Amino acid sequence: MNKFKETSFKSVTYLASLFTIVFLFAIILSIFYEGIPIFKHVSLIKFLTSPSWHPTHFPPDFGILSLIAGSFLVTLGALIISIPLGLGSAIYISELAGPTSKEILKPVIELLASIPSVVYGLFGMAFLSPLLIKIFHVPTGLNIFSASIILGIMVVPIISSMSEDALSTVPKSLREASLALGANKWETIIRVVVPAAKSGIFSSIILGFGRAIGETMVVLMVAGGAAQIPKGLFQPVRPMPAAIAAEMGETVIGSPHFHALYGISIILFTVTFISILITEFIVHRRKK
Amino acid sequence: MISRRKISSFLGVNLLRLFIVITAIFLLVFLYVIFSRGGKLLSWSFLTESPRRFMTEGGIFPAIVGTFWLTVLSISFALPLGVLTAIFLTSYARPPWLVRIVRVAINTLAGVPSIIYGLFGLTVFVRMLHFDVSILSGSLTLGILALPVIINASEEALRSVPRDFREASLALGATERQTIIKILLPTALPNILTGTIISIGRVAGETAPILFTAATFYTRVLPSSVMDEVMALPYHIYALLTEGSHGAKQLPIAYGTAVVLMALVLLVSTLAIIIRFRIRKKRKW
Repeated sequence: MNKFKETSFKSVTYLASLFTIVFLFAIILSIFYEGIPIFKHVSLIKFLTSPSWHPTHFPPDFGILSLIAGSFLVTLGALIISIPLGLGSAIYISELAGPTSKEILKPVIELLASIPSVVYGLFGMAFLSPLLIKIFHVPTGLNIFSASIILGIMVVPIISSMSEDALSTVPKSLREASLALGANKWETIIRVVVPAAKSGIFSSIILGFGRAIGETMVVLMVAGGAAQIPKGLFQPVRPMPAAIAAEMGETVIGSPHFHALYGISIILFTVTFISILITEFIVHRRKK
Repeated sequence: MISRRKISSFLGVNLLRLFIVITAIFLLVFLYVIFSRGGKLLSWSFLTESPRRFMTEGGIFPAIVGTFWLTVLSISFALPLGVLTAIFLTSYARPPWLVRIVRVAINTLAGVPSIIYGLFGLTVFVRMLHFDVSILSGSLTLGILALPVIINASEEALRSVPRDFREASLALGATERQTIIKILLPTALPNILTGTIISIGRVAGETAPILFTAATFYTRVLPSSVMDEVMALPYHIYALLTEGSHGAKQLPIAYGTAVVLMALVLLVSTLAIIIRFRIRKKRKW
């Protein structure tokens, strides 16, 4: 009887763990199942390299190059903002801040992480965008620039908290050796501590990249929504998640447009999956 | 004479300081804008009444109810699964190849963009299982999204229980299962709760996964079963900004809704911080 209880409890935990694998496969299968049919209407090469996205025209154009460009541009912009801010905050908190300022600064970063993305979107749409129009005299405040700023701030806590973990695993003896050799605090940080933590810092940036490229609400609300290859920083774009979110509600289920949106999600998934594999690989190698 | 090394050190340290100050200033401006513009709207009737006149007046009660049900159901689905998986990872963890696959699956689930969860929910729950656009479809989608957070928090909580506890229990003749249920889980419970509370904040604020699985712009009636579609706070903010024809009148309500959502999330995270603080103080090992 007891033996039976042991085995059945153990089996339940195994079963629960298998669910994580089942869910992942179900996610992958469902987007491929609904996404593959689009390639009956357009070749994969044309899908990826044609910049004209006119899914509702007759005949329709299903080229997502401008959506891919939009995604990568706002993500690049976000990283340009979040790498210095996030890494700078992490280094300051772990190497320079006293115990009191640490107690204040860490919750500030945690608070940024807990703000819902739709509220960031509201801030971008209703506050930042009118402000940008006033300052830069641009026709629209919803563009690559504003989306990058908001997205960049969202990614700061990810880069900051993971880099801080990496910095805190650098042994104290390394810092002390450097200081004993006559290096000052700044030289120790730049020449010793940061290089020693570089793989952790790098994976935090990759993770931030994955978060930024997959974030939906902010780019849906703040990036402007124009499916075009942009010619400047203040031009509106339509990143991949924004196209899916905005158009899914208006399309007929089972139509080529519907399948094309799932096709976009396959590309989006592939990009994020590669970034996840890179971090897995780095973490695994470091453990060895 | 000031050396070049001193100048570069001074500049470098202050550059780092500048970066963190910029981050903090952004947060302050952000909180000020949201709370000063939305705070004015807060009143008892805003929280307890339904929207009126094409969303230009009235309150947000149905959205609060919707978010409540979505959160409660998704967590009650994800919590048992998450804790059991964490038990597998900490207590059984054999064979190693299975552990490795489960870990990759968890990390991948944690990194899948939320809009893809929405598409998955649309395909599987809404269309294949015929749950339609409903609380049930939305909760299941959100539950799977919350799963990796809960697993990671529970695993960390279980790992923080000292080895002696487990060994003492086994030495007294308790079985593996008895040790887990009577010793490990109760000891780890407060930390598991903290992790769960954090995932509540995450689930309550998500918009993209419920766009096609649960949310509706406007209903006058409250949901009567899990098969009904609902209004939800995050979706309500988005809808007020992008739908309807009275943008100028809808904007203040969007700010008001954002304050309620932020207050909810902040309350929940404060609760988690307080629990965590208490555990640390009480803990004697």
